[in-house]
Amino acid sequence: MTPVRISIAAAIGSALLLLIVLELIRGRRLKERYALLWLATGLVLLVLSIWRGGLNTIAGWLGVSGYPPAILFAAAIMFVIAVLLHYSTVLSRLTDDNVLLAQEVALLRARMDALERERDGEATTGPRAG
Amino acid sequence: MTLRVLAVVPAYEEEAAIGAVVAGIREFDPEIDVVVVDDGSGDGTAEAAADAGAVVVRLPFNLGIGAAVQTGFRYALEQDYDVAVRLDGDGQHDPRELPKLLDPLERGEADVVTGSRFREAGSYRPPLGRRLGITWFAKLVSLLSRQRVTDTTSGFQALNRPAIALFARDYPSDYPEVEATVLLLKHRLRLAEVQVEMRERETGSSSITFLRSLYYAVKVTLALFVGIARRSAVPTEGSPR
Repeated sequence: MTPVRISIAAAIGSALLLLIVLELIRGRRLKERYALLWLATGLVLLVLSIWRGGLNTIAGWLGVSGYPPAILFAAAIMFVIAVLLHYSTVLSRLTDDNVLLAQEVALLRARMDALERERDGEATTGPRAG
Repeated sequence: MTLRVLAVVPAYEEEAAIGAVVAGIREFDPEIDVVVVDDGSGDGTAEAAADAGAVVVRLPFNLGIGAAVQTGFRYALEQDYDVAVRLDGDGQHDPRELPKLLDPLERGEADVVTGSRFREAGSYRPPLGRRLGITWFAKLVSLLSRQRVTDTTSGFQALNRPAIALFARDYPSDYPEVEATVLLLKHRLRLAEVQVEMRERETGSSSITFLRSLYYAVKVTLALFVGIARRSAVPTEGSPR
């Protein structure tokens, strides 16, 4: 059985994580779409730390006989990997968007240069009325 | 009807060479417009190119060769050119070889023509490391495409409209040439190779060192197989992501 003190510490830790994430969302410092995985992490860890029988049962299924809290670590690591992977996809997309924006800016600037040259050229050498 | 041809010249900190490259192209054929894509250089590349008579597209920061070349193709698409031909900003591609690349396009025999250094035994012999890499990719791409491709790392390449449209939408980054070849074949565009001589670099040194070559070989091989397995080769406009 999991020592009570570990359960309490883990529950406090996951509750803190949930609170921090919620506070960040509230202050608009974290977008909901990036917060979902963190909320899921906090919730699952909180449930696993409070529901001591459940943690034991899962440990039994997975053949972890000596130290059930290892399941807490395993769950936490899995979620952190999921979050990191998610960030890698976000980063890749941002990289693509960034390239597209830089190209678009450069092409627009080239067009603007051409337009300005055309305008200035007309102003000095264009035909005059009268 | 003559084709409207655009020379796309990617350049990163080529202040010393770029003027001669642009002038060389314009001297060879004044009908060919030149766009220099300045890939965020900190030196006077853009000014030197403009002084030599090129249109300059200045990227706000360094994007790497793939994205720089793609910018040129997007310019070609926007400005409605029939043909885009890429020459490198360091002067290794000789404008006098241009007809060899443009003729097959004009005759409609190919969608893309690459200037190859290895079609026939030429005077160019790269150092061992690079030669191994070049051979590896040539064999791999030949196998994948079921056609003889001898130089997949050449940046000397001419494209017709369908190829410009493809590369304007989707062009690989970092070391783009090998992947671009596979992309072309995947889209059933016809690729032709012609033998060209390339000049020694006029200034600076090649950006590819031994360790980078190795990284390049691994990364591009991975990208090749990913490219083949990719669900949709081209993300369509407005598709969800």
